[in-house]
Amino acid sequence: MTKRDLVVRIAMQTGVNQRDVSDIVQLTLDSVVDELAAGRGVELRNFGVFSLKTRKKRVGRNPNEPENEVEIPERVVVKFKPGKTMRERVGCIDVD
Amino acid sequence: MNKQELVEAILKSKTSPYETKADAERAVKAVLESITAGIKKDGNVQLIGFGTFSLRKRSARKGRNPSTGEVIKIKASKTVGFRPGAALKEVASKSRAKIK
Repeated sequence: MTKRDLVVRIAMQTGVNQRDVSDIVQLTLDSVVDELAAGRGVELRNFGVFSLKTRKKRVGRNPNEPENEVEIPERVVVKFKPGKTMRERVGCIDVD
Repeated sequence: MNKQELVEAILKSKTSPYETKADAERAVKAVLESITAGIKKDGNVQLIGFGTFSLRKRSARKGRNPSTGEVIKIKASKTVGFRPGAALKEVASKSRAKIK
């Protein structure tokens, strides 16, 4: 499913026109990105949690030039942990 | 940031088509709901610039109860993975993470 498919789906379900749906989808994603850019996590109950994690700097090696060690600098990556409702809905959890 | 704060951030944005909090909240919920539905239906949802959500399978394996040492079976399961897109990776790497 692409962003386009997502927009079409929401438009069909809500009866809102596709252009407005497209704006709100983009605005939602952008707001999450902005918050992460500011160094803060985003916790959306039942959907999931986006958090930032720092990867330590480490020494890597270019496989083509094994004699040179390359230092990979410290960086920040985005992590996602699915929430409870999402796990239930996609079938991650056995509902006994 | 939680869902309420996300809704407020959207309301404050210049391009927000919404006037009331209730409308903006309904919109955010619809977006999140549909992403979840998309993961279930197609196995992945690719949002350019943001990232890709995908359903990942975990095969069954044996585990061990650490306190009793007893071997237990862990069933195969599924989980939702997320790979940040190029734009998100870029801003994240520039952010000074104030992480717990």
